[in-house]
Amino acid sequence: MSADAGFLTSRLDEAIGWARKFSIFQYPFVTACCGMEYMAAACSHYDVDRFGAGLPRFSPRQADVLFVVGTISHKMAPVLLRIYEQMTEPKWVVAFGVCTCTGGFYDNYATVMGIDTIVPVDVYIPGCPPRPEYVLDGLLKLQAKIQDQRETGERPAPEPRPAEFSV
Amino acid sequence: MNAESLIQAVEERFPQAVVSSHAFRGDATVIVRRESILEIARTLRDDPAFQMNFLMDLTAVDFSAFGTKPSPAFFASSGVAVRPSTTIPDEAPWPGRPGPERFVVVYHFFSLALKHRLRVEVPVDEEDAEVDSVTSLWGGANWLEREVWDMFGIRFRGHPDLKRILMYDEFEGHPLRKDYPVKKRQPLIGPNN
Repeated sequence: MSADAGFLTSRLDEAIGWARKFSIFQYPFVTACCGMEYMAAACSHYDVDRFGAGLPRFSPRQADVLFVVGTISHKMAPVLLRIYEQMTEPKWVVAFGVCTCTGGFYDNYATVMGIDTIVPVDVYIPGCPPRPEYVLDGLLKLQAKIQDQRETGERPAPEPRPAEFSV
Repeated sequence: MNAESLIQAVEERFPQAVVSSHAFRGDATVIVRRESILEIARTLRDDPAFQMNFLMDLTAVDFSAFGTKPSPAFFASSGVAVRPSTTIPDEAPWPGRPGPERFVVVYHFFSLALKHRLRVEVPVDEEDAEVDSVTSLWGGANWLEREVWDMFGIRFRGHPDLKRILMYDEFEGHPLRKDYPVKKRQPLIGPNN
């Protein structure tokens, strides 16, 4: 066992990643109309439970993926940050819908222009609202990302925001 | 009562208070002085001739940018941008802004018993943007007046708890005023995006 520690650590990473990616406990932070599409994707017709994400936890302390579903206003932003900070590591964030990705068609005094200005985002699912297929695709991308995570908690750097969407 | 007879009844009851009136496409509007809005609202609610027991809406308009830009084109079903024709005569044109004042507080009253409705407009100057609260008559006016304060900065005398309702307390200014900069952002946290 101690003869080849590197080999053992690598396999452990893989096993932990495999276990984690099929036991996603999500916290749905639903603020707007995308919530209906989230429900459609979560229910039995499309069924995110096939990917191990079937049980939403309505306490951030028991969740490991934060689904931000719907427009975030400046008034709501401190609440979102607090929810994110209450989640325990390891944790991931999914921006569901174009409003959470970039602000969408809102460009006014009230709306946050993308939640990645507040919390780090792992997967962006654009669409107004996104089709359930988009959501499942985003979920698979998230699973790939979880699988890649090192046992130390080290995670790939988030993708940089494209220049045309810079804030 | 129809629109014309409703206007006539209000004018006969309050000859001093009514500044002007019009019935535009079947909707009755009276423009009244600021001092008498509470008295007029109470009469409209309690008088058997009016019985306007339902305050449908309470909002405001900022006329400070009115008429400074040409009216936008709208799109016909064919997808072609069109403007209202100037050659077809309008039998009863819209009479225009109610007065030289910057703001107008707008009340929409409806009578559930008699099925008639009336719009009451109160012109308010910017320097002294304050009108009497009607929360003593309709409890539902509470949040509507808070919204008008939040968005337009018009105060309501006698309101029990006049504070912002949609924006946060740290917000500066009133976003639906036409001189609020379109690009001005006041985030609570995060970058100024």
